[in-house]
Amino acid sequence: MPNMSMKKNEMPAQAPEIRNKNFQEVTLGYSTEQAIDEAQRCLNCKTKPCVSGCPVQIHIPAFIQEIVNGNFEAAYQIIAQTSSLPAVCGRVCPQESQCEKYCVRGIKGESVGIGRLERFVADWHNAQPDVKIEKPASNGHKVAIVGSGPAGLTCAGDLAKKGYDVTIFEALHLAGGVLVYGIPEFRLPKSIVQKEVNALMQLGVTIHTNAVVGKSISVDELMESGYEAIFIGSGAGLPRFMGIPGENLNGVYSANEFLTRINLMRSYQMGSNTPIMSIRKVAVVGGGNVAMDAARCAKRLGAEEVSIVYRRSETELPARKEEVEHAKEEGILFKLLSAPLEVLGDEKRFVKGLKCIAMELGEPDASGRRKPVEKTGSEFILDVDCVIAAIGTSPNPLIKSTTSGLDTQKWGGIIVNEETGQTSKKGVFAGGDAVTGAATVILAMGAGKIAAKGIDEYLMGKTQA
Amino acid sequence: MYTIQKKVELNPTVTLMEVQAPLVAKKAEPGQFIILRVDEDGERIPLTIADYDREKGTITIIFQIVGATTAKLNQLKEGEAIHDFVGPLGVPTHTKGIQKVAIVGGGVGCAIAYPVAKKFHELGAVVHSIVGFRTKDLVILEDEFRKVSEKYLLMTDDGSYGEKGLVTNALKELLDAGEKYDEVVAIGPMIMMKFVSQLTKEYNVKTMVSMNPVMIDGTGMCGGCRLTVGGQTKFACVDGPEFDGHQVDFDEAMARASFYRDFERHAYDETCNLFKKEVN
Ligand SMILES: Cc1cc2nc3c(=O)[nH]c(=O)nc-3n(C[C@H](O)[C@H](O)[C@H](O)COP(=O)(O)OP(=O)(O)OC[C@H]3O[C@@H](n4cnc5c(N)ncnc54)[C@H](O)[C@@H]3O)c2cc1C
Ligand SMILES: Cc1cc2nc3c(=O)[nH]c(=O)nc-3n(C[C@H](O)[C@H](O)[C@H](O)COP(=O)(O)OP(=O)(O)OC[C@H]3O[C@@H](n4cnc5c(N)ncnc54)[C@H](O)[C@@H]3O)c2cc1C
Ligand code: SF4
Ligand code: SF4
Ligand code: FES
Repeated sequence: MPNMSMKKNEMPAQAPEIRNKNFQEVTLGYSTEQAIDEAQRCLNCKTKPCVSGCPVQIHIPAFIQEIVNGNFEAAYQIIAQTSSLPAVCGRVCPQESQCEKYCVRGIKGESVGIGRLERFVADWHNAQPDVKIEKPASNGHKVAIVGSGPAGLTCAGDLAKKGYDVTIFEALHLAGGVLVYGIPEFRLPKSIVQKEVNALMQLGVTIHTNAVVGKSISVDELMESGYEAIFIGSGAGLPRFMGIPGENLNGVYSANEFLTRINLMRSYQMGSNTPIMSIRKVAVVGGGNVAMDAARCAKRLGAEEVSIVYRRSETELPARKEEVEHAKEEGILFKLLSAPLEVLGDEKRFVKGLKCIAMELGEPDASGRRKPVEKTGSEFILDVDCVIAAIGTSPNPLIKSTTSGLDTQKWGGIIVNEETGQTSKKGVFAGGDAVTGAATVILAMGAGKIAAKGIDEYLMGKTQA
Repeated sequence: MYTIQKKVELNPTVTLMEVQAPLVAKKAEPGQFIILRVDEDGERIPLTIADYDREKGTITIIFQIVGATTAKLNQLKEGEAIHDFVGPLGVPTHTKGIQKVAIVGGGVGCAIAYPVAKKFHELGAVVHSIVGFRTKDLVILEDEFRKVSEKYLLMTDDGSYGEKGLVTNALKELLDAGEKYDEVVAIGPMIMMKFVSQLTKEYNVKTMVSMNPVMIDGTGMCGGCRLTVGGQTKFACVDGPEFDGHQVDFDEAMARASFYRDFERHAYDETCNLFKKEVN
């Protein structure tokens, strides 16, 4: 008999006034009882509308039924057939606009907590004693992966399982991409990412950190040195700035810099030599996940007042709903319908304010969203000593500019065949944010899977021919 | 492993290290730099590639002990290893078509200027080197510079060695004496580079300066190294570190360099205390 409660089981979480002072994970995960209770809300629909909303088509009702039966490992194995990072995606997927959006339980009441259940299963699996992963027999083919974000890690894992000799080249000193330098510890504990990376190494994947492809070694040189195929998963790491006066004052950060100092370099911990300014009042410009993360980090660093400055209204905020709610609970202020005009500085060139202007929503633009227009004479000044620009990123031009014959879009995205991940250059595949521009973990992971299949077919076809 | 093959103390605060880093050594060019982390929790700091040996697979770095990280680096001995070492980063020095060049180096900036001077010399250009130090004890790389320079002028602030005065005085004399350079390359403290650029602007001589803003990733990901050059925002790690000195907004760059001064002083004191304790 299904559980007909209209509401999802609530997710246990640290209290807002406690968690906004620490970097430990905000949500604590379902208990076994909560998970089974939530799983019982699933109607096991024949048409599986939820599955069509998941970019990698996880067999959602099937894994949920295993939870109902208490077979958590079986549930995990079902998820693992299509997803390689369930502990990550269960935490950071924008479920409300994917799987859960299509859940029939959501028509009247709340959808099934699919993401929360996925996380439960993955955490349960990870808490079991490690089963030694057997390194598959080598098939003798060498593949290089550029970048160790979700796209690169997934592609590497799928190929290694097929017996390929895989080497990842990562520019930073730590593998994980945005999962380690961008998304904060309190949303995605770094130990989870480390576990995924360790599992890859057990599969025999070699990870070369401190290797910037295009500088330390180029794609063409990788080809010459014996890699038969290459996957580019270099992400979209180039930060955009606002283009307003005062942007280079001390106290203005790109979200990438701010988050990297905190997450990758752990500047919030005692003993870290990487500095972060001690901030009093902060304005974060932008309304996406990145803006929420930056704002919530600023709060945790001890800022008295943190405001999100966003030029549209609340309904247009691109961030995940859960993150917006969490941010509000933690005391982040929302200055909506406001756009920055100028960063104001003191005589020593440190930030002392952000001049903004109020906006109103006009006619819908090409994207269907109502276009914000300035209200004349409505300028105001926010008293802040730190401004963080979280207004988007684009693919870094380094790979494009150092690789012959690699076609890209005007804005820098690498052009690929969507079915195979194949680029315009023979033997070179790509996926994730490097292709789509800033998107999501699950899409990057899905692209890594497609390319792994594409690479396998390409190399096997080559061997047989 | 990035093992330290050789360590030489050039003067009381400047140390040279030859580090095993084959991947970097294979591609390194003058004007480029590396980023290192001394240990597991270390800060990422950039240092210029002072020399390289492609056969041995080594990179030479020369650094001045100014703060916590460089102090820690200086504690490492031959045979020990640096945790992370990535490069070569940045754009190599532009050398094409330059037949006569004046290299102006200030203090530890000479370590960065020397490989540039050497490269121009190897390419057959006439090299005039003008180097400046506060005092005699701080002079580094004198023999090395002399070997690759047609003219070598050494200035000290206090006159304890070479000529008394600033590098700009010496450069001005050369320019006034009618020396015609295709380019001046100035590498040293920001304030020195600013005044060299002001001077050469009067004489209309193209001038490249090597900027050293605070960096983290060195790949164009954080934007922390940004500068204004000719009214446009540039990232020193990928667009530089060398820029047209007549276009650089030095005042802004100098202000940005002071961003973390308080933090750094504190971290340095802590590190020094730590080492003192270890010694006792
Ligand atoms: C702060 C923040 C919060 C986010 N929150 C969410 C969220 O809640 N949910 C969600 O689904 N998505 C979120 N995203 C988006 C998501 O993280 C990305 O879409 C995803 O990580 C893209 O994966 P990727 O593998 O394509 O690239 P990345 O994760 O960007 O990884 C690329 C890797 O390649 C490396 N690299 C780049 N160039 C080179 C080179 N030349 N040589 C070697 N290595 C190179 C980089 O150092 C990096 O490690 C967030 C992003 C950010 C920045
Ligand atoms: C491209 C480039 C090449 C450089 N080459 C050399 C070199 O060959 N030899 C040399 O002695 N120095 C060089 N520097 C400067 C060197 O990076 C700093 O001296 C070093 O980072 C100081 O670290 P610290 O922790 O010891 O000192 P801190 O106490 O942290 O800082 C002292 C000074 O170093 C600067 N600094 C601190 N952290 C960084 C950072 N992450 N990136 C850049 N600057 C920082 C600060 O502005 C400050 O003025 C170079 C810098 C750049 C950007
Ligand atoms: S991977 Fe994301 S979209 Fe797919 S089922 Fe899990 S939470 Fe939903
Ligand atoms: S749509 Fe909802 S109720 Fe139906 S199978 Fe999917 S999760 Fe279960
Ligand atoms: S150091 Fe991060 S962009 Fe240059």
